[in-house]
Amino acid sequence: MPVSRRTPGAVKRRPKSAALAGLVMGTLVMSGCGPASADNTLTWYINPDAGGQAAIAQKCSDESGGRYSIETSLLPNDAASQREQLARRLAAGDTSLDIMSLDPPFVPELAEPGFLAPVPEDVAEATTENVVEGAIAGATWKDELVTVPFWANTQILWYRKSVAQAAGIDVTQPVTWEQVMEAARTQEKTLGVQGQQGESMTVWVNALVESAGGSIIVDPEATAETVELGLDTEAGVAAAEVISTIGKDGLGGPGLPTQDESASLIGFQGDAGSFMVNWPFVWPATVAAVEAGTLDQAVLDDIGWGIYPRMTEDQEAAPPLGGINLGVGAQSDNPELAYEAIECIVSVENQSEYFVTNGNPPANTEAYEDPRIEESFPMADTIRDSLQAAAPRPQTPFYNEVSTGIQQTWAPPSAVDPDSTPASSSDFITSVLRGEQLL
Amino acid sequence: MTSAIPAKTTTASPGEPGPSLEAGSRNGNRAKTGRVPRQYSDRTRAERRLGWILAGPAFIIMLLVTLYPILQAIYESLFRFRLTAPDERAFIGLENYIVILTDPVWWSGLWTTVLITVITVAVELVLGFALALVMHKALKSVRGALRTAILVPYGIITVVSAFAWFYAFDINSGYVNSWFAWLPGIDENLNWFAQGPTALFVIMASEIWKTTPFISLLLLAGLAQVPDELSEAAKVDGATWWEQMRKVIIPNMKAAIMVAVLFRALDAFRIFDNVFIMTNGAYGTEVLSLLAYRQSISRLEIGLGSAVSVLLFLCVLLICFVAIKLFKVDLAGSQGGK
Repeated sequence: MPVSRRTPGAVKRRPKSAALAGLVMGTLVMSGCGPASADNTLTWYINPDAGGQAAIAQKCSDESGGRYSIETSLLPNDAASQREQLARRLAAGDTSLDIMSLDPPFVPELAEPGFLAPVPEDVAEATTENVVEGAIAGATWKDELVTVPFWANTQILWYRKSVAQAAGIDVTQPVTWEQVMEAARTQEKTLGVQGQQGESMTVWVNALVESAGGSIIVDPEATAETVELGLDTEAGVAAAEVISTIGKDGLGGPGLPTQDESASLIGFQGDAGSFMVNWPFVWPATVAAVEAGTLDQAVLDDIGWGIYPRMTEDQEAAPPLGGINLGVGAQSDNPELAYEAIECIVSVENQSEYFVTNGNPPANTEAYEDPRIEESFPMADTIRDSLQAAAPRPQTPFYNEVSTGIQQTWAPPSAVDPDSTPASSSDFITSVLRGEQLL
Repeated sequence: MTSAIPAKTTTASPGEPGPSLEAGSRNGNRAKTGRVPRQYSDRTRAERRLGWILAGPAFIIMLLVTLYPILQAIYESLFRFRLTAPDERAFIGLENYIVILTDPVWWSGLWTTVLITVITVAVELVLGFALALVMHKALKSVRGALRTAILVPYGIITVVSAFAWFYAFDINSGYVNSWFAWLPGIDENLNWFAQGPTALFVIMASEIWKTTPFISLLLLAGLAQVPDELSEAAKVDGATWWEQMRKVIIPNMKAAIMVAVLFRALDAFRIFDNVFIMTNGAYGTEVLSLLAYRQSISRLEIGLGSAVSVLLFLCVLLICFVAIKLFKVDLAGSQGGK
């Protein structure tokens, strides 16, 4: 570049830019250290919500009478990024991980290498009383409680009453996937399912396989070399048949291959909405849309709900299970204090409050007795029943490989072939786990 | 990338020919010995020393922040090492590389990356050249505003522009399908991100929109170096616009074009943000940077991920080698030399 083009102005500006550079460097250096903490300050890494966890942190800090004070630190938006950040911090021995909001499928991966501080027996006993079975299973690794269940999530079947009626489906009885697909076909509507190549795909596949009486992983505690997958079975083929039919017959609409839970909800609220499997956030989101004037009250009145669809008429469904458990980092400076705080956080009262304000269902069945819940969540009973029947995703330290492997082989739904996908998916995941293939 | 430009200017300046007439022989000598020949005047030598003093600290910092991680990555790539299983770390030699190179996932990722690189760089070169001509010929009064306007996309953070493009084409929230429904093949049911070709189209369009300004800026610098006398002489001789362009202007800015292509090719080969945001590698849009990310960051397989990164690095080195040795790109020759 010709030197003559440098204007004198550029030279004059230099001291200013040097000062700016210094400022930036200084900020970088200062922000390099983690959250500053006094001796009794606990850091709680929370997943993004509507402010409920921060409120509970404040409340428990106040109630502790100065014994501890909880600061919250926000994790990324999606579960996979939350796991990445926590796993890296834990592996690096970060001492600020006092309390962590953990997605249940990632618990074994963190528990296996000893990244989590053991749960004291009295805490384990007090925090699992009246807690739904699925949530306890998701908090356990090798028969030991390694995290504390906080709230539990499950998918239920949402439907438009008008469509169900027109299709002649008796919604007072449990419905099957066959019925739901037939209704969408005859009524020329779209089904709300999640066909995106993402975590929601694993949630769907797992629920279908479990509902058909199978399991994605036969022995979850096996090592990477010996693990045996249960996809290439009758249950796996049955699951592939449902997904493949919905994909190939276009029952999920053109958006299916990129559809996640939020996109499903948008479709369900539209004219083509019929049946949808989705988490309970659907309800507060729809109510809020009506209040904001972006959605007709008539749509809200048309929405009904029931238990997740069955694979066969006579076999109870195993709905998806989600939620958040609380764990304590093994390198935390104050594990006892952290568990004391956790006992406060997961109290029945806080769980009900969190459900009412943030829409996240309690793991503790007792918390459903709060009268405010019935008011803001008329489907609370369905959610509780669904939680009792729900099946967790495979509890394995290699969950990320299994889940990503399923996502890469089962999406898009239209490419799923019941004759080959279960077997090829199984082979792919197995060879990734043995280190013979990339993901 | 951006830091390379000032560095280039700094390192080139000590070698700038002074008022002396020995510039021709100087280039030959430098290439052979790389040392300051005796016939240099005191002033040239002092300028060289000043050059080292000015560039030296930056050079040392560059070594520290780039060489050390590269060596670390090469070392880690020889181990089977998972971050969540620190006790099972084991030396396995080149096994990670064998796994990667025998895996179709690597090769399909490589081809996708090469495809994106070739198409985006070619399109950007043509568009960038047109924009550079417009900027070069623009009237003085609008020149500043025009350059700023053309540079705006380059100033936008890639993740932000990726989201903007994603939402524009998204089947639920996008407006592209309804705006362009009159085109064959586009209707409201077209899901751009549901299959490789359409998804890659959006990814490449976004990449081109965002980085064409960079290439046009480099080409503008090249255009400015072509002496006006040459094109005027051609004009007097009756050359058409196209002939002037082909015989005078483009040959005289070959160095600038090659530098622009090289920089963009290196950048395009490492594409990550657009793919990560729009498809996360789904449906045949996996690129090598994303593959490295998935192994190192998502799977926490540090060994395997490092090996992918090292291979990616070797690919980038290969591009540099091809450009510099075969196409004779002279990175320091920004004084209009060929």
